[in-house]
Amino acid sequence: MIPLDWYLIVAAALFAIGLFGVLSRKNAVAILMGVELMLNAVNINLLAFWRYRAPTEPVGMAFAVIVFAVAAAEVAVGLALFIAVYRRFNSVVADDINLMKW
Amino acid sequence: MTAMQIVFILTAVVTLFAALRVVTTPNMIHAALWLIVALFGVAVFYLLLSASFLAMAQIIVYIGAIAILMMFVIMLTRREMRDRGPQTGPQWKWAAILSALLFGGLVWMVKSVSLPASPVAEVPESSIADLGRALVSPNGFVIPFEVASVLLLAALIGAVYVAWTRRNS
Repeated sequence: MIPLDWYLIVAAALFAIGLFGVLSRKNAVAILMGVELMLNAVNINLLAFWRYRAPTEPVGMAFAVIVFAVAAAEVAVGLALFIAVYRRFNSVVADDINLMKW
Repeated sequence: MTAMQIVFILTAVVTLFAALRVVTTPNMIHAALWLIVALFGVAVFYLLLSASFLAMAQIIVYIGAIAILMMFVIMLTRREMRDRGPQTGPQWKWAAILSALLFGGLVWMVKSVSLPASPVAEVPESSIADLGRALVSPNGFVIPFEVASVLLLAALIGAVYVAWTRRNS
């Protein structure tokens, strides 16, 4: 059987990679991809703890389902925003979108 | 080393390599394709955790909807963001240091607590039916479930409104 900490370490690596993408990429869509990787890492953790700690109750799965719904909503709104921003500024580079920068 | 451990290690290698390509490749379309590989690897992890329903949901929702939507947006906004030149800002070194520190801290934390090597019980046969009942039962998660539904509806309407073309403005 696979030990629980293997899952946790893989999820930690996935989260760190996603964080790197969010912090370093210039394209706004690529930043959103990093956020998706981080959300997936969190979901692996949720399901790993559900499987090893409370597999008889559906708590962990229900939590993961809610995370799915929130991720879908986040991506839909984010990508719509990028389309609108692209129409206005003709760019999706995060550095160019500085209208609200103080 | 059992067969499941070998499958786990292979999946981990593929997933993490794909995730690294997502954040480093200069070509955005390739990044979206690598994202599909990484999401598929995560679905395999769900299968290894015997969460078959969520593995299917991962493939349908993430790969079928989210990754394809991203590809559409990349193609719609590609004229300006060409694939030449570096795609990372000058802050990428700090980002790498911070990510490595976070990873190291998380690994240290995982290693410093004692975790179970095997599950406390088997997943019951009726786990998907239990999940379905729990999502709509008043003693379970009906409130978060309904709030998520309203959130999805609001996101849908909001996305359509934000991306709407206004010809006269």
